[in-house]
Amino acid sequence: MAAVTHEQNLAALRALIANHKRKDVAFGVVGLCCMMVGVVTLVVLFIDLLIDGHGRFTWNFFTSFPSRRAEQAGILSALVGTFLVMLVTMVAAVPLGVAAGIYLEEYARKNWVTDLIEVNVTNLAGVPSIVYGLLALGLFVYMLGFGQSILSAGLTLALLILPVIIVATRESIRAIPSAIREAAYAVGATKWQVTSDHVLPYSIGGIMTGVIIGLARAIGETAPIITIGALTFIAFLPPAPLSTQPPFISFEWLMSPFTVLPIQMFNWVSRPDPAFHYNAAATGVVIIVLTLAMNGLAIWLRYRIRQRIKW
Amino acid sequence: MAAVMKPTSPQDEQVALKAEVRNFNFYYGTYHALKAISMPIHERRVTALIGPSGCGKSTLLRSFNRMHDLYPGNRYEGEIRLFPDNTNLLSPSVDPIEVRMRISMVFQKPNPFPKSIFENVAYGLRVRGERNKRRLEERVEQALRDAALWDEAKDRLDDLAFNLSGGQQQRLCIARALATDPEILLFDEPTSALDPIATASIEELVSDLKHRVTILIVTHNMQQAARVSDYTAYMYLGELVEFDVTDTIFIKPKRKETEDYITGRFG
Repeated sequence: MAAVTHEQNLAALRALIANHKRKDVAFGVVGLCCMMVGVVTLVVLFIDLLIDGHGRFTWNFFTSFPSRRAEQAGILSALVGTFLVMLVTMVAAVPLGVAAGIYLEEYARKNWVTDLIEVNVTNLAGVPSIVYGLLALGLFVYMLGFGQSILSAGLTLALLILPVIIVATRESIRAIPSAIREAAYAVGATKWQVTSDHVLPYSIGGIMTGVIIGLARAIGETAPIITIGALTFIAFLPPAPLSTQPPFISFEWLMSPFTVLPIQMFNWVSRPDPAFHYNAAATGVVIIVLTLAMNGLAIWLRYRIRQRIKW
Repeated sequence: MAAVMKPTSPQDEQVALKAEVRNFNFYYGTYHALKAISMPIHERRVTALIGPSGCGKSTLLRSFNRMHDLYPGNRYEGEIRLFPDNTNLLSPSVDPIEVRMRISMVFQKPNPFPKSIFENVAYGLRVRGERNKRRLEERVEQALRDAALWDEAKDRLDDLAFNLSGGQQQRLCIARALATDPEILLFDEPTSALDPIATASIEELVSDLKHRVTILIVTHNMQQAARVSDYTAYMYLGELVEFDVTDTIFIKPKRKETEDYITGRFG
């Protein structure tokens, strides 16, 4: 009698487990589908761009200026423009962002003001980029008189990625154990000695990761650059920064009109002639590859530094 | 002000004072963590602070190098006088950097910098502006010898400190603290993260070092206090229950609370 009950119990238990496991499987399937929607869409998009654009991946495409004839048009000016704008962005945003992050973490008193600033910095990262474009149009282009130049564009994108760099700096500084900081203070170091000898060197990996991710975001930004008035058709390069005559270094290129890759792409997409759409697709591939390469570099850097410094 | 409790052992009558805690109160925000502590610190002797977790022994130790200044909301009241100059090292007019340059600290868990062995020991000297390579090398070697690490480390001074074992790392931290010739060396439960063999070597080191530097050690291990210290302070709930020569504390303490703790009936 008891044995029967026992077996019945066991059967009921197994039925229960089987029933529960069906939910396991069900979510597995749903989850897989959700993941596929994201990943497959991206892959398909990339492949579609590749199919459309692969015919344009010739040396000429990278060394030619835009042209009225699609098959002769290239992205030289946009590529150089993107590179120079990124350079200005980096030079402006890295020192500002890193210094602000260090100040907030190491120097500022922790009170409601810094709390407020912290919330706002995080919020700034979410402000739509076109708003930065409008701000920059007023500030850089007109008030400071930088015009529709590489300098204006670089500074605009610097503002855009500043919050990203500040947040990354603070997070990688926070990852340093307080025991290390205390060890440095305990031998009589000042705040600045602790910062420059320890905090900065130990957090540099995380900071660089943040910088690269910020730049990867900036490289694809179109709206703010259009707002400040980048040209869509540029058939010349900015003046060279180095020359054979004194003073050898020139910063005229900062004031030069320019275009960047996403704008060049946008320009070609909006043409009626489908031949230009192949150019646009090829440009899209270039932007994606650049972004992926930068993110890859960030991941590699993080991995390298994690190996070297372990707490 | 409470009178300082006098040690009872005759052989210590002539020992000079290196520091003296006088009616010291400490607050974490509104929490009164240390209450009217008064005790002497004898020169070139080991003074142990014992007591159950949360009794304030680490808080007291960390007041000696003004570590609490690093965090907001902490407040000192009273004095810790440092001799022979009779400086109140808690005074707001005394720079905590100056205090930390005179009083070194070894922490609970080994906390070497992620730098080379050499740079770890040299850091205190670099902070003081020493740039001369030969002088740095001399003093790093001396500190490593004093910390009984020279023989193991001399061939790998450029290795990362993390490659040392836990016990070696702690001796490296002791070398870092010694390199700058401190007047007092503070140990905050220096062996709690170490195995018994490494613990024995650190204890031996403490006994050797007391001939040249005044030592204050926090320990949760009563046997350790009995083995290495000359004086012991028993603390409970932020108060100093009893301070005396270590033998007296462990053999015939005056207070019942001390005896209960020592004999393991409590804590």
